[in-house]
Amino acid sequence: MFTFLLKRLALLVPTFIGITLVAFFLIRLVPGDPIEVMVGERRLDPEAHARLVQQMGLDQPLWVQYGSYLRQTLSGDLGTSIVSREPVSLEFAALFPATVELALCALLLALSVGLVLGAVAALKRGSLVDQGVMGLATVGYSMPIFWWGLMLIMLFSVDLGWTPVSGRIAIEYDIATRTGFMLVDSLLAGEPGAFTSALRHLVLPALVLGTVPMAVIARMTRSSLLEVLREDYMRTARAKGLSPARVVVVHGLRNALIPVITVVGLQTGALLGGAVLTETIFSWPGIGKWLIDSIARRDYPVVQAGILISALIFIAANLLVDVLYGVADPRMREQ
Amino acid sequence: MNSAVPPVRAEPDQAQAPPGPLKEFWQGFAANRGALAALIVLALIFLGALLAPWLAPHDPIDQFRQHMLTPPLWQDGGMATYPLGTDELGRCILSRLLFGARISLTIGALSVLMSMIPGVMLGLVAAFHEKTLSPPIMRAMDVLLALPGILLAICIITILGPGLLNTMIAIAVGALPGYTRLARGAALAEARKEYVTASRVAGAGLFRLMFITVLPNCMAPLIVNATLSFSSAVLETAALGFLGLGVPAPLPEWGTMLASARDYIARAPWVVTMPGLAILISVLAINLVGDGLRDALDPKLKRAQ
Repeated sequence: MFTFLLKRLALLVPTFIGITLVAFFLIRLVPGDPIEVMVGERRLDPEAHARLVQQMGLDQPLWVQYGSYLRQTLSGDLGTSIVSREPVSLEFAALFPATVELALCALLLALSVGLVLGAVAALKRGSLVDQGVMGLATVGYSMPIFWWGLMLIMLFSVDLGWTPVSGRIAIEYDIATRTGFMLVDSLLAGEPGAFTSALRHLVLPALVLGTVPMAVIARMTRSSLLEVLREDYMRTARAKGLSPARVVVVHGLRNALIPVITVVGLQTGALLGGAVLTETIFSWPGIGKWLIDSIARRDYPVVQAGILISALIFIAANLLVDVLYGVADPRMREQ
Repeated sequence: MNSAVPPVRAEPDQAQAPPGPLKEFWQGFAANRGALAALIVLALIFLGALLAPWLAPHDPIDQFRQHMLTPPLWQDGGMATYPLGTDELGRCILSRLLFGARISLTIGALSVLMSMIPGVMLGLVAAFHEKTLSPPIMRAMDVLLALPGILLAICIITILGPGLLNTMIAIAVGALPGYTRLARGAALAEARKEYVTASRVAGAGLFRLMFITVLPNCMAPLIVNATLSFSSAVLETAALGFLGLGVPAPLPEWGTMLASARDYIARAPWVVTMPGLAILISVLAINLVGDGLRDALDPKLKRAQ
């Protein structure tokens, strides 16, 4: 297991270097002088310009610049935002929990609904239920989620007035930040009203973000369970008189879940990309909206850091999946 | 004597002859009724895009200021000249959707070609130079894979700026690793087979081995992947347009239409509903056709389902 992990980590080194190269060149490839790009609209006199060039090491050869960028990044310094003049890492730390809360709830929703629907479809193979679930899954898989979000707002917020349109919590509540997760913080503050408000703000965004993963998980669970149901050990389990529920859940689902783990890992990417769209629709103050706003403001250090961080999260998620895979199926470690 | 015996000729028995590859493919595809229906829908969308200048009642960017936010025909106040209503600037939504289909399908098709051709070449090169060229190529693909599709596209658009061609490039780069990995995997599996060895022994050069001997036998998964990347290209084009990073405003791109329509959710829901439905129906049709293609081209996968 340990060598398996080491091998997996060694493979990540070139990927990490590649990603930092992409982020490094992002600012330098944007058309125009890097300094002017950095300071934005404001005019600079030539002296200040020259001072900045020297300060930022832009007169050094590219590989020296890259070296110092890499050193900075590895020590946790992600640069300074042009607009707010705050360190990017601080802004990130303040916004990241919002995205994690949203993504976790979306994933939880996708997993619980997707697993159940997929399992039901597999057990009732060929029935109307199966066809209905698979039809829905195909629609969900094809859904433009930014439009889906607008449709849900139209129905639940505008027509029915059940849910708020945007934000994380109603403005009348002032909840102290402890964990950064609004649901947890409002409970810790002992305000049930705030908790309900946070929950009502979270439902639609989580549903929108969870739709595609839910469809993918349902499809994967169905085909994986269908395959497992044909295995000899399933017949054995039935033959020795176990209850049908036990056979399906303990012997069937447990083995069917292994390929589903991979799919969930890959869906982290869909969640990260989807967060950009979902947060934009619902004005959810997370890193996805931050990234898009920063592009609009030409705040390139933030864009650079955002891209780097997103890639690292995705890489970490995939590594985690590989490790889980190795735990769940020892044969995988040999390969 | 000879004349008495009727000549016995072996009539080929139509019923028992194995179907030709095309016919077999079609039978496999048509067995999936959803795919068949989706193919018809997709053909209609293509036709609508092709004939847009003749089918559309109006110019897609003409603004009829006296008819702003006219509801669709079946609602109160609807007008027959604007069957799907008009948007906030008085532009005919049906006309914009028809011309928008041209943009989405063109970007989709061209970005598939722009990722498939270099992707497959890289994959074949990697498969035939396993020791030397494969590691750098595959590690470069890992870097591209480390950014989820839409984020990579956003990253590229930040560098290149928004626009029609840049949207295509951004989407094509994101789809590249999929083709390279698939082509490499399929070519590695094929390269071990006897017919390739035979061809090599007969003196076939590297180019011939790669593109004439091996490539045709790797096509099935690549074609299925092409339909999938076509549908995600249509989705990503719309997503970029929605974020204001795609096709610029006056052009009737579906996602761009949605971005400007957001403020009218309450007053004029049709402005939001119509472009989204166009995206959903197109993507759904392409995905269903893709499922049908997979069933028809890859019997192994079908049996596993």
